[in-house]
Amino acid sequence: MSELELPVEQKEEELTPVDPLTVSRRWLLLKVGALFNAVVGVAVAVPVVKYLLSPVKPDNAYKSWVSLGTIDTFPVGETRLAKFTNPVSLEWDGATDRVACWVRRISEKEFQVFAINCAHLGCPVRWFPQSQLFMCPCHGGAYYADGSRASGPPERGLFTYDAKIVDGKLQINAGQLPTLSNTAKLVQIENARGGSPCAG
Amino acid sequence: MRRLKALYTWFDSRLQLGAPIKEMALHPVPNKTASWWYVFGSAAFVLLMLQIVTGILLALVYVPSAGQAWNSLNILNHQLTLGWFLRAMHGWGSNFMVAVVLIHMAQVFLFGAYKFPRELTWILGVFLLLLTLGMAFTGQVLRFDQDAYWGLGIGASIASRVPFIGSTAVHMMLGGPIIAGATLSRFFAFHVFVIPGMLLAFACVHVWMVLKLGINEWPMPGRIVRRSTYLAKYHELAKKDGRPFVPGAVWKDAFFSAAILAAVAVCAAVFGPYGPGGQPDPTIIQTAPKPDFFFLWLYAVLSYLPADLETPFLLIAPVLGIAGLVALPFYAGEGEKSWHRRPIAILMLTTIAVAWGVLTHLGTFTPWSPKMSAWSGGPPVPMRYTHDASPLQRQGAIVFQSKQCRNCHSIAGVGGLRGPALDLVATRLTEDQLIRQVLQGGGNMPAYGKNLSPPETTALVQFLETLHPANQPAAIDASHQAAMTEPVPKP
Repeated sequence: MSELELPVEQKEEELTPVDPLTVSRRWLLLKVGALFNAVVGVAVAVPVVKYLLSPVKPDNAYKSWVSLGTIDTFPVGETRLAKFTNPVSLEWDGATDRVACWVRRISEKEFQVFAINCAHLGCPVRWFPQSQLFMCPCHGGAYYADGSRASGPPERGLFTYDAKIVDGKLQINAGQLPTLSNTAKLVQIENARGGSPCAG
Repeated sequence: MRRLKALYTWFDSRLQLGAPIKEMALHPVPNKTASWWYVFGSAAFVLLMLQIVTGILLALVYVPSAGQAWNSLNILNHQLTLGWFLRAMHGWGSNFMVAVVLIHMAQVFLFGAYKFPRELTWILGVFLLLLTLGMAFTGQVLRFDQDAYWGLGIGASIASRVPFIGSTAVHMMLGGPIIAGATLSRFFAFHVFVIPGMLLAFACVHVWMVLKLGINEWPMPGRIVRRSTYLAKYHELAKKDGRPFVPGAVWKDAFFSAAILAAVAVCAAVFGPYGPGGQPDPTIIQTAPKPDFFFLWLYAVLSYLPADLETPFLLIAPVLGIAGLVALPFYAGEGEKSWHRRPIAILMLTTIAVAWGVLTHLGTFTPWSPKMSAWSGGPPVPMRYTHDASPLQRQGAIVFQSKQCRNCHSIAGVGGLRGPALDLVATRLTEDQLIRQVLQGGGNMPAYGKNLSPPETTALVQFLETLHPANQPAAIDASHQAAMTEPVPKP
């Protein structure tokens, strides 16, 4: 290790001065090389983008009919919490593929199934049978028993699932997190602007 | 010693880094910048290093799987030797990093350091702030507990408000239709690879520019920045009234960084790690999700915005805010740097700081949320309110408690803060007004017309009518009173 200085730094004057514009062949080759890279880049980017966009699917691709159990478990006139496993799930989802919803049995054959997620920002709403209200713990949204907006920051009523009765079992069309983007097209529940249900 | 020198020479003749590093270390900085005000940037960088080291140490154990993440955090907390301490260091390190980055930014703004020629340094700094906040949010998600789960729900709900591509944005964010395994995996990738990579690269370029352009000189009133003269003036100042960066200024950075690291360690040891809270089972709905400290202000804003303004605000305000920060050095690239001559800058900074403080404070006790267990978990209506009451009024007190009025209205200091406290309600509303308010709601109160029977309503209103001080009568409808008592005098 006795060496002192390596002659690494090349002195500028040792390089032959060349006008880069005159060596058009080398520049052309570099340009062709860059173009080649661009073509390969685009070719590789297409599958990458497709891969990245793979979770983006139309709503119906994720939704299917899920059973919430026999209708006898839901007494007429009451609202009960029901739980189901999301139809689309992975083995390593743990408990997160479980979903809760509120089932309101209006009469023998009439059901309303509400998403647990507040229409404001998705927090889980709780049902209070004594005051017949759903209340949200996050920003204080409140909804009436029929899901319509009662007060607070939500701009609409609770999200609802389509429900039907098959062989004495209650089924809902579920499969994805209800948000304004995938459920806003549902019928706007009347009184959603904070009007009184006693008005009519 | 000679051996060491030879070893150094062997390496440096190959690396060729000695000379540029020496040049950077010894570059002159203006004397007045060797100040305790100039230590926050280096502290932020040191905290970034701390986060990287503690993050790697946590990644040795953490399982980025929705089914196992929560368990692995509990094992870190309770079963691995000093696992809790590493988690606490990382958690408190993140708090300190956000705080120090914000203080650094405020100082830079106050000292006019974003002006020519340091515009790009400022812009990169803005991105570094955003990346730091991105780390804070994704890090909170990796602590995969109830708050993380529902925080993702809030994030998805915000994303869903984007016009046209809301649904796509939600799917991209969650990696699927619901918050589940795919969601955690992608937040892990962002928190561990994508954002830290960008953060480190941007931070290095940021520091490079500080070294190359020179540290911002101490602002003096009347020393005006002009593009044509600034560089010459700055170099003259640094040469005439300057000292080498090492060791003239850097020793303060070293002391402050060590103090910050010590503070992180003390906080970690004393206060311990953050959570994890309840397990991430979305069917457990007895939860009141809340974001970490630095997002509480946003949580508060979201509860106060009128419904009509919410989506525009959520989608437009951040864009305007970031655009404003990026545009600042172009709008005010020249002129006074001293805060003595920049009253609007001081006002803006104070306003933002006060607003942030107030909103954060509100976020800590969420007065807008009903207290879910006030009706059942708290004390009943106190005796002094019912001691001299009639049976009907007492029945009203029971209705008041059992119909959850107290979740939103406090009485005797206990209950929700969503609606007004009702201890003096009888002095504000007449009997008729009370009946109308209970039955029809309004003013952000639900209507109880369908949920109370007429006897319940009567009892409740009779009870509310007693809520006035002994020396102040209940409000009455004067015209009603007059009509009932005095016959109309005949002319």
